[in-house]
Amino acid sequence: MSADFRTCPTTGLKVHAQADRLIKANAVVGVVALLIGGIAALLLLLTRWQVVHLLPADWFYRLLTVHGMNMLIFFILFFEMAILYFASAVLLNSRVAAPRLAWFSFWLMVAGALVVEWTMFTGRADVLFTSYVPLRATPWFYLGVILFAVGALLVVAIFFATLIVAKKERTYTGSIPLVTFGAATAAIIAVITLGHGAAIYIPTFLWSLGIGNVDAQIYRLVWWGLGHSSQQINVAAMVAVWYLLGALTVGSVVINEKISRIAFTLYVLFISMAAAHHLLVDPGLPPTWKVWNTSYAMYLAVLASMIHGFTVPAGIELGQRLRGYTKGLFEWLRRAPWGDPGFSALIFSIIIFGFVGGITGVTFGTEQINIIAHNTLRVPGHFHATVVAGTTLAFMGLTYYVIPLIFRKKVAFWPLARIQPYLFAAGMLIFSVAMTFAGTFGVPRRHYDISFAQAPFDFQFSPAVDLVMTAMAIGGLLAITGGAIYIAITVWSVFFGKPLEAEVKA
Amino acid sequence: MHTGIQSPQGVWWKPVRGGEKLWVGIAFAWCLVLFAMMPLWHLRGGQNPSGIRSKVDPQAFMARTQEFIRTYQVGTENGIPVVEPPPGSDIYLMGMMWSWQPVLRLRKGAQYTLHLSSFDVNHGFSLLPFNINFQVVPGYDYGLRITPTEAGDFRIVCNEFCGIGHHLMIGRVIVVDESEPAAAGASSGAAIGGGNL
Repeated sequence: MSADFRTCPTTGLKVHAQADRLIKANAVVGVVALLIGGIAALLLLLTRWQVVHLLPADWFYRLLTVHGMNMLIFFILFFEMAILYFASAVLLNSRVAAPRLAWFSFWLMVAGALVVEWTMFTGRADVLFTSYVPLRATPWFYLGVILFAVGALLVVAIFFATLIVAKKERTYTGSIPLVTFGAATAAIIAVITLGHGAAIYIPTFLWSLGIGNVDAQIYRLVWWGLGHSSQQINVAAMVAVWYLLGALTVGSVVINEKISRIAFTLYVLFISMAAAHHLLVDPGLPPTWKVWNTSYAMYLAVLASMIHGFTVPAGIELGQRLRGYTKGLFEWLRRAPWGDPGFSALIFSIIIFGFVGGITGVTFGTEQINIIAHNTLRVPGHFHATVVAGTTLAFMGLTYYVIPLIFRKKVAFWPLARIQPYLFAAGMLIFSVAMTFAGTFGVPRRHYDISFAQAPFDFQFSPAVDLVMTAMAIGGLLAITGGAIYIAITVWSVFFGKPLEAEVKA
Repeated sequence: MHTGIQSPQGVWWKPVRGGEKLWVGIAFAWCLVLFAMMPLWHLRGGQNPSGIRSKVDPQAFMARTQEFIRTYQVGTENGIPVVEPPPGSDIYLMGMMWSWQPVLRLRKGAQYTLHLSSFDVNHGFSLLPFNINFQVVPGYDYGLRITPTEAGDFRIVCNEFCGIGHHLMIGRVIVVDESEPAAAGASSGAAIGGGNL
């Protein structure tokens, strides 16, 4: 039994061999999806930048589907599966409950993802990420999504089972750590999300086979229960990673467990309502429904993020002060490990998620303001600040710790790793802000040609649009460079990196 | 003191202190301000997305739009009919792969009820350069009370992906000054549908 564990020389945690392998497998597949989505991102960027206008129309929409599915579903969920195994088995010194089922779920998710990739790349599913009915894809597309979702749901079940195993086998004393608590809220939101997914993808799958009908408005309503809630899994997981990175990089402390845990709980209770944001200018829903739900019932989920936005930096400050950086107001910040990519990624993730992502999101989450934002570039401007500069950047920062602690390899190209978060954060910041500005001029999202070259009527956007679209392209290229460096470092370290010695067998 | 990856021992439900308490208070107060804004704007604001909502069969909406076009058509442009409805009337705009039917000629300062729907898939109504956006969903009639406040030549760009020709889907709205005479052939006053006769 004990031979299945090793003791981590850095953290002193006992790591179950199965947890080790599951984390590795999920992280590797996640990075592969990131690579596919990233190549699509480059080609899309060079198409929307009208000066280059690279792709033909059909491949533009096809790769937009590929980009959305790979980034928002495959990359991020595989990575989150790895985080769930880490936060349960590793942090609690426990074994993974039902490892065989865990591997079955992993392969089910891989199979689902491969089916979806095949349908997308062969042009059988040019319906974009949202696949709004009555746009129709091949039944295989919906089936692939369902297989993937079932796999993810099983992993969530294994996560909860592992929490129970750890408790029963007394692998830890006291309460579960805050990071595990945060991961548990992400897992609960995942159950809600995947429930919505089943409720909409199963009828849509049947409809694609010619059985029954799916109402276009109800599809939008239920689909966003999946589409937006899945982003809330990311938010909860990202905040858990903030606390994790704070602990690993500067030994940041939890100021008050009660406040941080209440804030996580607010996500569970209120964040699913946020799906209503997408339906503010829809014909099928009354204003009272829109107001109540888009305010997440009095903005209580926004309150949660505002609390974490205070407690995480405060915990970092206190951690630094306990380590002796006590001079004046800002020595703790000046003397922080800015050359540690885990730390710089953490800080930029907090700042860009909060200030750019948070403010843009809450603004056009207002019913009336949504009239001037809906389906313009303001929307992707917002979510690239949250899910890319926020979640993805935090996950990138975490990778620089996963490589030595789990893969037990030295991080390759260290000088590049030190600047990678700076490059990626600067690029995403320029990209998101430029997209947001373009959106305020009414530039549509998901649009192949805003010069309307072959359209029956001409239209000329304000000349300022050319400027912001160029800024968007420059920011995007910077970020893609940062992303490419991340993938190069990760792949090289994992497959060809120098192994770390000094391992203690339990 | 412990970090987020260590298990807290004993009771962690402890009172909140100083700065953190103040911050939670400020944040909650701000959330309440945000919460009040949307309902207040329904009472005070000039632009609200509420509208008159009803379900409609796409075929029925197509029939209504065609009757609307027959009644008020004043011309044709790029194969798309141009209509000039009288002030105060119900006007119809239908999205279909990949055009907006018809071209609307409206009068500045007059009130209309604009009915938006789709014949096939989701479309996005985006009035440019004003930047006013609504979702157009098949099976649903979105009735919006509108008053054009500016004369000019406007475009309706589709901003919801609707298939390979999505980027070619662009419509036109012309708003003329109050003083300008009606286009030749424009009738006035006739109600649409006539179901109440």
